[in-house]
Amino acid sequence: MNLEFTAEENAFRDEVRSFIENNYPQNIERAAVQDDMTPEDMTAWHKILGEKGWSVPAWPEQYGGTGWTPTQRYIWSEENARVNAVMPLPFGVAMVGPVIYTFGNEEQKAKHLPGIKSGNTWWCQGYSEPGAGSDLASLKTTAVRDGDDYILNGQKTWTTLAQHADWGFFLCRTDPDAPKPQQGISFILVDMNTPGIEVRPIKLIDGGYEVNEVWLTDVRVPAENLIGEENKGWTYAKFLLAHERSGIAGVARSKRGVEQLKDIAKHEMLDGEPLIQDMGFATKISQLEIDLAALEITELRTLAGEQAGKGPGPESSLLKVKGTEIQQRLTELTLEAVGYYGTPDFRSFPADGSNDFPIGPDYAHSAAPTYFNMRKTSIYGGSNEIQRNIITKMVLGL
Amino acid sequence: MDFNFSDEQNMVRDGISRLVREQYDWDTRRGIIASDAGWSPEFWAQLAELGMLAAPFSEEDGGFGGGAVETMLIMEEFGKGLVVEPFIPSVVCAGGFLKHAGTAAQKEEYLSAIIAGEKVFAFAYAEPQGRYDLANLTTTAKKDGEGFSLNGQKAVVIGAPWASHFVVTARTSGGQTDANGVSVFVVAKDAAGVSLRDYATVDGRRASEVYFENVSVSADALIGELDGGLPLIETVVDEATAAVCAEATGAMQVTHAMTLEYAKQRKQFGVPISSFQVLQHRMVDMFMEYEQSISMSYLATIKLDENAAARKHAVSSAKVRVGQSARFVGQSAVQTHGGMGVTDETAVGSYFKRLSIIESEFGSVDHHMRRHIKLTAAA
Repeated sequence: MNLEFTAEENAFRDEVRSFIENNYPQNIERAAVQDDMTPEDMTAWHKILGEKGWSVPAWPEQYGGTGWTPTQRYIWSEENARVNAVMPLPFGVAMVGPVIYTFGNEEQKAKHLPGIKSGNTWWCQGYSEPGAGSDLASLKTTAVRDGDDYILNGQKTWTTLAQHADWGFFLCRTDPDAPKPQQGISFILVDMNTPGIEVRPIKLIDGGYEVNEVWLTDVRVPAENLIGEENKGWTYAKFLLAHERSGIAGVARSKRGVEQLKDIAKHEMLDGEPLIQDMGFATKISQLEIDLAALEITELRTLAGEQAGKGPGPESSLLKVKGTEIQQRLTELTLEAVGYYGTPDFRSFPADGSNDFPIGPDYAHSAAPTYFNMRKTSIYGGSNEIQRNIITKMVLGL
Repeated sequence: MDFNFSDEQNMVRDGISRLVREQYDWDTRRGIIASDAGWSPEFWAQLAELGMLAAPFSEEDGGFGGGAVETMLIMEEFGKGLVVEPFIPSVVCAGGFLKHAGTAAQKEEYLSAIIAGEKVFAFAYAEPQGRYDLANLTTTAKKDGEGFSLNGQKAVVIGAPWASHFVVTARTSGGQTDANGVSVFVVAKDAAGVSLRDYATVDGRRASEVYFENVSVSADALIGELDGGLPLIETVVDEATAAVCAEATGAMQVTHAMTLEYAKQRKQFGVPISSFQVLQHRMVDMFMEYEQSISMSYLATIKLDENAAARKHAVSSAKVRVGQSARFVGQSAVQTHGGMGVTDETAVGSYFKRLSIIESEFGSVDHHMRRHIKLTAAA
């Protein structure tokens, strides 16, 4: 048992820190809501990392991974969070990439992995449907074989940032007569420029447009875009979901969020003292830090297990539940900290560009939208109720 | 002990309930908050015509002899429909100041116009540095001949874009946070030196930052005692706090009802999600939360007319309970609705947002917990 970094790990930290300091684009900061950023800003760091060879650290080295240990990867995400870096989007790097190098054929690897690494190909995830959310296996979008093609019909929803996507990975029903719904599903890669695809943005409660409906009408997709075997898509989907969950804890970002919250609580005044001096509020911040410390060590234990050859399993559900609860708590406390200036809707501010009469401190503007937006985290990626069901079944054996 | 409402009170409730149901349905509300004005002067005129703006005032003041209970009943129904019109700023706050401390001339000039819906007030009290402390004021009113000269900035003044007048709290003597030296004035929005920056709020209303620069205020614009306005402000803000608690109970009931409805019709794994025990218990908890909030809303309303210590104790108790419930009910409703809960198109998201802002309106849970602790220690 030892939580200290080795000399090599400290040297690694210095190396990545200096690389980030010298190369991270100065003017790009994480926006409160993703669609407030331009697509170029969202992929700028990804592209720089692609050239450096650091965009897909967790992948096997033969496919472009860095060969970093889990500890090094942890240091890497910590260092990026320090500067609030806009990290590569997960849809390619953390989701479809691992599916392609694990289950795809050589042509598929050669065709798709380079664009994911470089950040030049934007991917989206066609999983959920209006009638298939937590019960994903009940999905109805069909893919019918027609010569060398599949014809896709149906509707996907909650498709994050599909409005910018070049490619999507879609779960489609290829065998409607399979004895179990999970058995008739296939995993198909789709060029988003194919005729018959319509992307309709969904306005969310924070006023932004992060997610979309994706309508598929007679979309003709080459059969070579099928991953693995027909009707085995559920296996790949589950593999992907486990990967999705392990990144979902968001420890490094939450640590950064706690620091920002403390900064706000130092600026906000209560009875002549900074808010952070108030026992009531300070207690809440400490509670959050304690919960976050527990999550961090739990994630490190999971990473260590991975280092020892254990893939991410059902315990990643714990990381998802606790990680999202902490992310949400952070947004609650931030909204509490800013007081009345959480109420104005910054999207409606007078567009005269004048800073003479600021409407509250800048840090207050994103507090409410972020709080509203982050309610999604206990819903997406398998709702937290579903995660608890997974632990019930797979960990507790009940 | 009697939790029944009088016949007159039931008539107020039934009338306002019907009006909100028939004139303020979901699509109508969406249209209102998206309009340039952001509110419906026609709906306001209708409220005036039906006597609803007169409901909490005595007959001598031109009302129907009602009071806090009428306000509670109206606000509960407004909460059910997420009505954005400024009943609390204009009727409860400005009307409250005039009712408690207005001179005959002030009542004549302002209160009757508020009741008629002809003048609309906003209450400019919060300041950028002041958080929820009503005495923390950098806005000053300095003696200037017979009257005063007003300077300063007020933060997040709800309903200011719709208002013709403001009730403004200002420091007339003493240090920035002293209890003494606070006074209350009526200021016309079109007075020279008043400027506004208007914006929408995240819960569908409109507000402004309001700036006063050498605004001349006549001596007869002072409401209540010079320098001694803080107890009056506390009284009115407690009344407004009770009103917003009532609004929250209405919003929570509808939020719960729509969640129940959604859970019954939404099917996953071949069954309605309402059949899952984990969701059943969450909806039971939501029910218990809003029932407890209704009780506390009653308590606060009933205690408004008692001595200051009893009133503050009850109002802070209510605001803590209601604030906590508002968060739980709002978050639980969104979670139960899944992805639909975070979209702009469904009503539940709007209820969640309003409930989230109610948490801090007239003081957050923490603020009222602190006040409760201080009152308990002093008792």
